[in-house]
Amino acid sequence: MSAELVVQIRVDADVLLARQKAREMAKPLRFSASELTLIATAISEVARNIVTYAKRGQIMLRLVSRGRRRGIRVVAQDEGPGIADINRAMEDGFSTSSSLGLGLPGSKRLMDEFDIVSALGKGTTVTMTKWER
Amino acid sequence: MRASILKQGSVLIASVQGSMTDADLAQMRDELVLDVRRHRSTGVIVDVTMLEVMDSFAARTLRGITQMIKLLGATSIVVGIQPEVAFSMVQLGLTLEGTNTALDLEEGLALLKGPRIDHHER
Repeated sequence: MSAELVVQIRVDADVLLARQKAREMAKPLRFSASELTLIATAISEVARNIVTYAKRGQIMLRLVSRGRRRGIRVVAQDEGPGIADINRAMEDGFSTSSSLGLGLPGSKRLMDEFDIVSALGKGTTVTMTKWER
Repeated sequence: MRASILKQGSVLIASVQGSMTDADLAQMRDELVLDVRRHRSTGVIVDVTMLEVMDSFAARTLRGITQMIKLLGATSIVVGIQPEVAFSMVQLGLTLEGTNTALDLEEGLALLKGPRIDHHER
């Protein structure tokens, strides 16, 4: 099993592929079935954001460790339009499309660490990590 | 992967597959709504037992199905949400408010055959 993997995201089927690959990568770690589902759901949200807003981008999956703790890091990167107001984008229910507006704030709740960097016209990078208990 | 829609008497049973894209889900919604009209169905069960991830798009689609079916005068029930999926939905903030739910297909069918379900009450 490789410790790093990149999934190109362009169409909705790639969203499925990304979360399936993450499940495979995270499975050997000490994650419960619920935690694997949380990770897959968070990936689904950020990958869909790429398809919806940026049209293309990538999800990088990487096994990480901190001391004896292991985790999986997900980096969702695109060169799309970027987010004008990150604070608003992180609010529950805020959306510039017709979505529920739960993707970003929800993903933050699903994962242990969450960071978002975005620049208008340059793109968005979401980095999130889930650690073993 | 496409959803399968079965007709059982006055009830339609749509089985969501494990790996359905957004487009597949939207197509299932469209077919279900047409099928309710075509078969004059009074109840619809959406079985999500196989669904591994309920993200915001899937939840929005399910909510849309519930509302559309209701507008046609039929009742819909979502059955088979797995415990891990429920756990993740709550953390994500997805509540499926206004959607009837049941443990599994059997319970869902029993509910449809029982006394009329009041929306939002169940």
